[in-house]
Amino acid sequence: MSQLSTNHLLGLDGVPREDIELILNSTDTFLEVLERPVKKVPTLQGKTVVNLFFENSTRTRISFELAERRLSADVVNFSASTSSVSKGETLLDTARNIEAMKVDMVVMRHAAAGACEFLRTRCTSRFINAGDGSHEHPTQALLDMYTIRKSLGTLEGVNVCIIGDIAHSRVALSNIFGLVTMGANVAVCGPPSLMPRHIEKLGARVFTNVDEALGWCDAINVLRIQLERQAGASFPSLREYRNTFGITVERLDGLAKPVLVLHPGPINRGVEIDSEVADGAAAVILPQVTNGVAVRMAVLYLLGTKTE
Amino acid sequence: MSTYLFKNGHLLDPVTGTDGVRDILVVDGTISEVRESIAAANAEVIDLAGAVVAPGFCDMHVHFREPGQEHKESLASGALAAAAGGFTAVACMPNTKPAIDTAETAMSIRQKSAHFPVDVHPIGAVTKGREGKELAPMAELHAAGAVAFSDDGSCVHDTKLLRIALEYASMFDVPLIQHAEDPFLFAGGAMNEGYMSTVLGLPGIPRLAEDVIVSRDIAVAEYVDGNYHVAHVSTYGAVQAVRAAKEKGLKVTCEVTPHHFSLNDEHVRGYDTNTKMNPPLRTRDDVVAMKEALRDGVIDAIATDHAPHAIFEKEVEYVYAPFGIVGLETAIGIAVTELVETGYLTLWELVEKMSTNPRRILRLPEIRVEPGAQANLTFFHPTREWQVDVAQFRSRSKNSPFHGAVLRGRPLGIFNKHQFVWML
Repeated sequence: MSQLSTNHLLGLDGVPREDIELILNSTDTFLEVLERPVKKVPTLQGKTVVNLFFENSTRTRISFELAERRLSADVVNFSASTSSVSKGETLLDTARNIEAMKVDMVVMRHAAAGACEFLRTRCTSRFINAGDGSHEHPTQALLDMYTIRKSLGTLEGVNVCIIGDIAHSRVALSNIFGLVTMGANVAVCGPPSLMPRHIEKLGARVFTNVDEALGWCDAINVLRIQLERQAGASFPSLREYRNTFGITVERLDGLAKPVLVLHPGPINRGVEIDSEVADGAAAVILPQVTNGVAVRMAVLYLLGTKTE
Repeated sequence: MSTYLFKNGHLLDPVTGTDGVRDILVVDGTISEVRESIAAANAEVIDLAGAVVAPGFCDMHVHFREPGQEHKESLASGALAAAAGGFTAVACMPNTKPAIDTAETAMSIRQKSAHFPVDVHPIGAVTKGREGKELAPMAELHAAGAVAFSDDGSCVHDTKLLRIALEYASMFDVPLIQHAEDPFLFAGGAMNEGYMSTVLGLPGIPRLAEDVIVSRDIAVAEYVDGNYHVAHVSTYGAVQAVRAAKEKGLKVTCEVTPHHFSLNDEHVRGYDTNTKMNPPLRTRDDVVAMKEALRDGVIDAIATDHAPHAIFEKEVEYVYAPFGIVGLETAIGIAVTELVETGYLTLWELVEKMSTNPRRILRLPEIRVEPGAQANLTFFHPTREWQVDVAQFRSRSKNSPFHGAVLRGRPLGIFNKHQFVWML
């Protein structure tokens, strides 16, 4: 089999293992393309992709745009940092207008959970969710999983802990869905006030002590603390957060076995992760960024060339 | 002179204690005979074989959007929807624009709806502008026809203000109807907080937000001997608190909506904004708790919380969509399907929950189906199957999660204020 079972990538909830394996295996090929002097293939020539970004995310947009251009797609960027409500035009009207200009694929980022699914059911293009509120961010989880697999050789039986604000994290949710499907053991760690209810029902073990979590796992995925939103609301201060949950050299040095360190970025140095760790040998934060382009090329290729 | 003969209907009248097939002759809006068989020349005969005749149903919780948002619903379109749903009376919540917080607004609602076949009773705001700060002119509102007081849509959150409002309202012997929700715990939520909100990534509204307010309010109601009614209960905790209050003999009553005893938060999957209402759809366990509390008499009334919104307002991202669904035209069908067919309630008890009890809570005059009384009747078929089609709704708005559902129990029509409305 060399086709995905789905026409869209809205999340990893319910995506079968064969699809995830196909994406990760295809990523190997595209990573090789990125090493060439001419980093471009004609795969999506003649296809038009719209990057529909209703929420600022320079990094994710650039990663997708590079992936699209390296596949030779025609790329249109639409950015609107304001919500559809305050803009006056509804999300549906915006999407229908863009679709009327005959596009093939839509890559969409939106602050509201479910916004991508909302449009997918009302439009005819193929959709890739580039992050919807606190719901899912499937390509981020895929690149995280690809990076772990490349570094440790497998996902099966690997212990992965996601650390930080789990309740407001689309990265955490997509990682949990994907990792559990791929046979990894998943844990989450963070203040109980930032833990969503019934997270354990998704198959994730819960730690509130970061040292215990570190002693258990083979890889950690350190989430960004949203400075503007959380400090003072769900935990007392950034200082206390850093001292209680921050990933420091001292914490890693005391471990019996090394731990692979991932971070979806952008990082807050000295808050959720110290510079020595972020820039240290255990970190794969920059390879994650490179892999991100290749993973997105794989997803765009598989969806863009899929026959009905 | 108009004469109607309603033949062969099964009369269920809790007030007179009648339970059997009867013919009912109505002359000029007044019941002239109720007997097992009546023959009348010159009468328009309506054959009700297999159908139920009940004292007119009363929906004690609707939102008609007049004044202010008539594109969603007007008093006239709302009354039509009520008639189509089998209701002869509704009580409309004061969250209009402006709010029903003056005698003039209350009066104008009554005047505009005076000729409708459905009685439209205004509910007055507890506080000016429903802002939860200063008391609205409750005595003037009551004199202008307000049947209860509520800031529905918002909770009367200030405990001292709630105490004063309950004390003050007691001199009119009308209930204070609370939208029980702690605004801080609510905090921008969009659906019930739980497993489903975690999976869908939507901000949650914890059941705790309802539970703490109901428990607190009951303590206040007990302290001041107030007349307290909980709007749209949705949690196990809230009904347990009401159960305990009733066991103590307090003047505490409550209502539940059809969607809270039929749908749960798993229906939010897919992000259909017609599953977004406040209180939100709760868990399967809560739905069972609602049915059991109806059966046990802890929940007194079924009320729709009919909340019309235009399609363009609902066809948006889930978190941005307004709360609420229309309910008048599906209430009987859902209630029969979910409660009567499943054995939680008898048809007799259903009539109590949809007619007798809400009227008693609002201190509306009793309806007696007997000679000499004004005819105020609801007709419905208790077993007929039908498929919900929002395009057929009389309501101006179509925001219903029940579109396409097959229900048993179909409203047929009403008779009230000399007017006969027949839906088939």
